[in-house]
Amino acid sequence: MEKFAPVKRSGDGQPVRYLIVDDSVFARKNLAQMVETFGGQVAGEAGDGVTAISEYERLTPDIVLMDITMPQMEGIEAAEKIVRDHPDARIVMVSSVGYQENIVAALQRGARHFVQKPVKPEVLYEVIKYVMRDDGAARGAGAGV
Amino acid sequence: MRMELIQPFINSADAVLAQGLQSPTAIENLTMEEEAYRRRGIAAEVCLSGDIEGRIIFDADQKTAVRFASCLAGADLPETDGLMREAVCELANQIIGNAVTVLNDQGFHFRVHPPTVHTSEQGSKSSEDTEALVICFSTESGNVFMNVALRYHRRRAMERIAAV
Repeated sequence: MEKFAPVKRSGDGQPVRYLIVDDSVFARKNLAQMVETFGGQVAGEAGDGVTAISEYERLTPDIVLMDITMPQMEGIEAAEKIVRDHPDARIVMVSSVGYQENIVAALQRGARHFVQKPVKPEVLYEVIKYVMRDDGAARGAGAGV
Repeated sequence: MRMELIQPFINSADAVLAQGLQSPTAIENLTMEEEAYRRRGIAAEVCLSGDIEGRIIFDADQKTAVRFASCLAGADLPETDGLMREAVCELANQIIGNAVTVLNDQGFHFRVHPPTVHTSEQGSKSSEDTEALVICFSTESGNVFMNVALRYHRRRAMERIAAV
């Protein structure tokens, strides 16, 4: 897999901590592998929206990568509940269903960005840098380094 | 069956398979099937309801399912039933999701039900309205069959538009 300049937290220079939420174990592994190439750390994983909320409370990750279609509670609803309690939460929706209504609904409910599956590492990398920009200057220098 | 409904699924399958298997794919053949669906390998079925109604079955041989799973996981995985089923469901999920995105942005509205593993050897026979189109994608690790039986409900779509 392509190498990327590490994206670090600006405050303490530590790796960005991720919570990966997807009902597919393969999708989670795929995303975990990508964020590790961005210099990130997988703080935890969840397979549905309900678990995502409790894992967010427990882990307080820097970024949540959240699928939309999941059992028990869908990703958009989980994102809304997390953002309601944690307005600074950075949630990036990651779904194969990327039509406009879905994207608008996710953004209106507090998600910061949307990435369509199958995920291209260079696209996710740019989104992560963009979403982390309010953490100060993300230290990544660009893709393909 | 209207071709403009099918084309997004073909394009999506082509793109997702190429990226997921990290190798080129080609459409081997395309046939209409009136007989009942017969499972070939590991199969996942996705049902649609709304303006477009019907089902799509993805059927991959074991080697292809393992290859897809291994590419996603970034490590070589063993050929276990659970892993292969999960892999084919995720494959179906990604292909359908991308096609649905295109169709929805073209104005077709419908609901996609989550993929389910198709375990029986045979499926229901397609009707005259929902004759199945079978597309065979050849990949370096084996074939993937996409069996599409969809029906467009013009009246339902008109009713939905009129209600807005």
